[in-house]
Amino acid sequence: MYNVKEVVANKPSRFTSGHRMCAGCGAPAVARMVLRAVNENDHVVVSNATGCMEVSTCIYPYTAWTDSYIHTAFESASATESGVEAAYKSLKKQGKLPENENTKFIVFGGDGGTYDIGIQSLSGAMERGHDMTYVCYDNGAYMNTGIQRSSATPRFADTTTSPAGSVIPGKMQPRKDLTEIMCAHHLPYVAQTAAVGNFKDLYEKAEKAINIKGGKFLNVLAPCPRGWGYATEDLMLINKLAVETCWWPLYEVENGVYHITYKPANKLPVEEFLKPQKRFKHLFKPGNEWMIEELQKETDLRWNELLAKEEMTNKNVNE
Amino acid sequence: MSIRERLSGNEATAYAMKQINPDVVAAFPITPSTEIPQYFSSYVDNGQVDTEFVAVESEHSAMSACIGAEAAGARAMTATSANGLEYMWEMIQIASSSRLPIVLALVDRAISGPLNIHCDHTDAMAVKDSGWIMLFSETNQEAYDNMIMAHRIAENKDVMLPLMVCQDGFITSHAIENIELLEDEKVKEFVGTYKPEHYLLNKKEPIAVGPMDLQPYLMEHKRQQHQAMENARKVIADVALDFEKMTGRKYEFFEGYKLEDAEYVAVCMNSTAGTVKNVVDNLRENGIKAGLLKIRVFRPFPGDLIAKALEGKKAVAVLDRVPLLNGTGGPLYEDVVSSMFTQNIMVPTINYSYGIGGRDVTEDQIHKVYEDLQNLKDMSNPYRFLGLREN
Repeated sequence: MYNVKEVVANKPSRFTSGHRMCAGCGAPAVARMVLRAVNENDHVVVSNATGCMEVSTCIYPYTAWTDSYIHTAFESASATESGVEAAYKSLKKQGKLPENENTKFIVFGGDGGTYDIGIQSLSGAMERGHDMTYVCYDNGAYMNTGIQRSSATPRFADTTTSPAGSVIPGKMQPRKDLTEIMCAHHLPYVAQTAAVGNFKDLYEKAEKAINIKGGKFLNVLAPCPRGWGYATEDLMLINKLAVETCWWPLYEVENGVYHITYKPANKLPVEEFLKPQKRFKHLFKPGNEWMIEELQKETDLRWNELLAKEEMTNKNVNE
Repeated sequence: MSIRERLSGNEATAYAMKQINPDVVAAFPITPSTEIPQYFSSYVDNGQVDTEFVAVESEHSAMSACIGAEAAGARAMTATSANGLEYMWEMIQIASSSRLPIVLALVDRAISGPLNIHCDHTDAMAVKDSGWIMLFSETNQEAYDNMIMAHRIAENKDVMLPLMVCQDGFITSHAIENIELLEDEKVKEFVGTYKPEHYLLNKKEPIAVGPMDLQPYLMEHKRQQHQAMENARKVIADVALDFEKMTGRKYEFFEGYKLEDAEYVAVCMNSTAGTVKNVVDNLRENGIKAGLLKIRVFRPFPGDLIAKALEGKKAVAVLDRVPLLNGTGGPLYEDVVSSMFTQNIMVPTINYSYGIGGRDVTEDQIHKVYEDLQNLKDMSNPYRFLGLREN
């Protein structure tokens, strides 16, 4: 049974304090919790895409990572890690590494480095079946360079390259569903999660992913106080609202079988998630109700699609 | 006893890689270097090497994977050409700045656009200042020999820089020539095993590679990279001496062909040197003191040695296998001329752009170069084109 106190007390953080990420940022909590899910005796090689996490955790001559760490470029984190993992296989096979040591391969990238510039490298590495866990911390825009839209940016959000203007009211395109794209790679394990409540969902999915062999993908919601415009202390509330509105469903897909890990008893309207965020402020101006309606429709459509997939894939298994 | 064979440049390169038996090869096919990963994959799938072959989805990922593998503590290799190298460009810089002795086989081809799959040196020249050691090869034998020497140079503790072995696309990569191969055991002993000091897979000493490197340190790190390239000079020479002891084949920074007493000298790289040698022989028979300076080590550039070798010549022609698009000379010309200038050696030197996109390089063209050199009066425009259709 998962117990947050035990996990935090007994499993020391492999991602240390002293890094320079913003207060109220969702990403450090994700990195810390994912790494806590690694077996304590195992070594980890982290590969990190260029982005907020990289520029604020490994500024020469300091590092916040107690494991081995490599950063090469924005779009190359997966390919880089595939080389590390290939080296491990080769050296292990040749008896050039200690037999009793295990190494895990974990990649961290933001939505820019994952959904957009890094999608080719990610898709390639996953198709080749390298034994690695890719963790996307999705904050829905290029936050490191100053809040530019990405393909993960929700429709109508105000960003610096899709400003809510008098003619075009923010980003006009719906967000890409990367989790489903990764499912289409037929990986042994794909999951979508967030740092909600006592971190149980995030921790358990990370633990599962890390211990399954092959290419695994975790899409983790990681709110950004600067880009989303919420008070830093509201991080956990924003995570919760994303999940309770089904805007960010928690689910996992193990060998093609869908399992929704949380179904809200009382699904909140999507405006509850939008309201506390400045990037959606213009949606609440008189005359803009249609935008909230559109986002509600999109949320419902995707949620229902997910329910149908769960039903269908489990039916296949039961037959 | 060495082994006499007949191999193409690509086969010879793949064969050298088999004998080197690297831990990881990551590559993506591109003409005319495709055969290298093809041959190599068959070695992997038939259990003739210990290598993990990573069939990446792009050249960008090929170099990224090589960086990951080399940083992890493995010996990593790749092969590419033209646009493939351009697509790697970003990672090429990161490989050298991370001080990772990756070895790359570059089969030179014109970069796009427009699309052309044949030989020129635009690919190599686009990475000439990227912190890689660059060796050029006239023949299949030289491509093989340079590859056997590559790791000893790149992995030397005073160097730790990536290295590329260049040869001409199709002209040597696909032409079958006689070649002397070394026995597997000899190569194994010569190349040795790679023992990195610090590597990602060392659980006892976790490291961070590729940090954010800001104003306080980047300049010092670049100075160290500069020093590594300087240190490479001695190492390249030492390794060549060891190689000569083993094979009898002598390799220097450049090869002078009838150079010492020459009055008119052509400077070039790779396969064109073979054609130039024929022309030099022919001219010598007619009493014209022609000579050749063929550069093998392009990076680090042996400028002082080249300048001294050209001192006192009547005229020099530098042949650049690239188009001239910068309002000044080709890269080889600029390096040769500035090396002479810094040593206060003044020789009239002209520049030819030639062989672009696989345009045939004929003996007639080279004869024209030496004719021009003998009649050199007007230096107002030193930039010329060779083998160009004028209508």
